[in-house]
Amino acid sequence: MNLLQYSPRTHTPIAIPQTTWRIGNLATFIRKHLLQSPGMRFGDKFFLFLARLAGFSVILLLALILVYLVYASLPAIQKFGVSFLYTSTWDPVREVFGALPVIYGTLVTSFLALFIAGPIGVGIALFLNELAPKRVAIVAGFLIEMLAAIPSVVFGLWGIFVLAPFLRESFQPWMIDTLGFIPLFEGPAYGVGKFASGLILALMIIPTISSITKEIFKTIPAHQREAAIALGGTRWEVMKISVLKASRSGIFGALFLGLGRALGETMAVTMVIGNRAQIMPSLFSPAQTMASVIANEYAEATSDIHMAALAEVGLVLFGVTFLINFAARILIHRMGRSQNA
Amino acid sequence: MVDHNSELVLETKGLKAYFGDNLAVRGVDFKVHSNSVTAIIGPSGCGKSTFIRCLNRLHEEVPGARAEGSVRLKDQDIYAKDMDPVMVRRQIGMVFQKANPFPGMTIFENVVAGLKLAGIRKKSFLEETAERSLTHAALWDEVKNKLHQPATSLSGGQQQRLCIARTLAIDPPVLLMDEPTSALDPISTSKIEELILQIKKHVTIVIVTHNMQQAARVSDYTAFFLLGELVEFDETSKMFTVPKDKRTEQYVTGKFG
Ligand SMILES: Nc1ncnc2c1ncn2[C@@H]1O[C@H](COP(=O)(O)OP(=O)(O)O)[C@@H](O)[C@H]1O
Ligand SMILES: [Mg+2]
Repeated sequence: MNLLQYSPRTHTPIAIPQTTWRIGNLATFIRKHLLQSPGMRFGDKFFLFLARLAGFSVILLLALILVYLVYASLPAIQKFGVSFLYTSTWDPVREVFGALPVIYGTLVTSFLALFIAGPIGVGIALFLNELAPKRVAIVAGFLIEMLAAIPSVVFGLWGIFVLAPFLRESFQPWMIDTLGFIPLFEGPAYGVGKFASGLILALMIIPTISSITKEIFKTIPAHQREAAIALGGTRWEVMKISVLKASRSGIFGALFLGLGRALGETMAVTMVIGNRAQIMPSLFSPAQTMASVIANEYAEATSDIHMAALAEVGLVLFGVTFLINFAARILIHRMGRSQNA
Repeated sequence: MVDHNSELVLETKGLKAYFGDNLAVRGVDFKVHSNSVTAIIGPSGCGKSTFIRCLNRLHEEVPGARAEGSVRLKDQDIYAKDMDPVMVRRQIGMVFQKANPFPGMTIFENVVAGLKLAGIRKKSFLEETAERSLTHAALWDEVKNKLHQPATSLSGGQQQRLCIARTLAIDPPVLLMDEPTSALDPISTSKIEELILQIKKHVTIVIVTHNMQQAARVSDYTAFFLLGELVEFDETSKMFTVPKDKRTEQYVTGKFG
C-alpha cells in the first residue's frame, strides 16, 4: 500500500493523486477528507469535493483491480503456491501451470528493447535538445512523437509482414552463421520470436524515453551549461558534464518508464512473439510473454484453473509494472527537485 | 606570471553585441591594464553582462546572439576566424552572478573540472592545484576536510568561492566576474572582495557590479555604461571624485539608476 502513503504536496510530472490518504474508518475518512473544508463557500466546497472524489476514485479503482485479480487467481495460488513463479511447465491440457517461461519471455524481450531503445532514445533527446537546429528539432521531435501515436496492432502487422520475414531470411541466418556458436544467437531462424518482439518494443518505447529525457534536459538551467562552457568545455564535454551527468537519475526514470511500457505491451508482442511458452536460450526462438499469454489464451480458457493461472500472471504483471513505474516516477521527481534546489 | 608594469591585457575596439536585431552593446572601446581590477558599473539592463560575455565569447552561445568589432587578448585577436572559442575561454575565465558548481560532483571534482577538460590527469598535479586554487579563493580552510563531499552541500557564499577556485585552477591571465556577490550576504561579500584584492597579483580582473561602494573598494579602474554605451572610463579614484561626464556624476552620486 505504498501509494496510499505517498507523501503530500509533492509535485510529480505525471499525475499521481496528491492528497494524503489514510484509510481508517471509511465514514470518518470520507467526512474528514472529502467533505470537511472549513471557511469555504459552497461552490468551492463542492468543487473541492469533486476534485477529491476524482483523486480518491483513481486509488479506489486501483485497489479494486488488485482485489479482483487476487480473487480471480485464488484457485491457482492455492493449487500451485509459490512454485507458480519458478516452475517452467505451462501446459493447459494437463492443467499444470508454472509462469517462469512467460516471466522469462517478458524480461528478455523488455530488456532487449531497453538495451536497444535506451541509447537511441537518449541520443535522440541529446540531438534534439543540444545539436539540432531549431527547425529540425521541431520537425524531428514531432515525427518521433507520432511514432508513439501508431496503434500497437499496426506495429504488430508491420512486424509480421515486414520485420519477421526480413529477420528470417536475411538478418538471422547471417547472425547464426557468424555468431551462432553463442547460445544467444543459435538457430534456427524463425523470424518471429523474442528478437523480433524486442525490436518492435524498442521502436515503441523510443518515443517515451526520448521525449521524457528531452524534457529533463530542458530543466537544466542555462547557467549550468555556461559553467562548463566558460571553463573551456567543448560542445561534447558540456553535454557530458552539465547535461548528462546532472540528469542521471532523470534518465534512469525515463528508462524505467520505457521498461514499464515494454513489460506490459500486449498486442504487437502477441503478434510477433511466436507463442511458445518455453525457455529457450536463443534470442531468435519463439517465446511467450506475460501479456501475450493472457491475450492468446484467455478467450479459449475453459477450465477454472487455466483462467485462474492467467489471472495470476496478470497479477504478477500488474505488480511488476506498478513497481517499475513507481520507481520511475520517484527518480524523475527527485531529479526535478534537485534542479530547483 | 604577468609583469607588474601597466601593459594592456585586453582591448576592445568598436565592440557591438546583438540579440537578434536588438543592439545591446553599441560600439565600445575599452582597455584593461594588467594586474588591475577594472569595475564596470551602470544601471541594470545597460549591457554590462552582455559586454563582458563578449570578452570570452560566451555571448555567441545565446541563440540568435552575435558580436562585431574586435577584442584583443595581448597580441591575439580573439574574434579571429581561426580562433577556437574553447581556447579563448581557457585564457579568460568567468564567474557568474549565481554560483553554478556542477551539482553531480564533489568539491574536489569541481575544482579540477577545468583541468580535466584541458586533458590533465596527473593526480599529484590536480591535488596541488586544487589546494592552491582553493587557498587563493579563501576556501581551503573551510573545505580541506571534506573535499570529497558534494559541492551542493556548501553554503551559497562558499559555492561562489568554489566557482572562483574552479576558474583560478586553469590559471587564466584574465578573470571576468559578473556581479559575483549580488546574491550573497555581507560577510560572504567581503570575503570575496578581500580575495579579489589578493589574487590580482596573479590575474587581471574585470568585475561587473551594481554596487558602487564595491567598485570603489576593489577596483583600480572603473567603466560607466549607459544604454549599451561606454560613457566614461578612468581610474576609480577620479571617477568617483571628479567625473568628467554629467551622466556619470549623476549616477555615482545616486541621482538615478
Ligand atoms: N538572452 C537575451 N535575449 C534578448 N535580449 C537580451 C538577453 N539578455 C539581455 N538582453 C537585453 O540586452 C540588454 C542588456 O542586458 P544585460 O547585458 O543583461 O544588462 P546588465 O547586465 O547591464 O543588467 C537589455 O536590454 C536586455 O533586455
Ligand atoms: Mg547583468
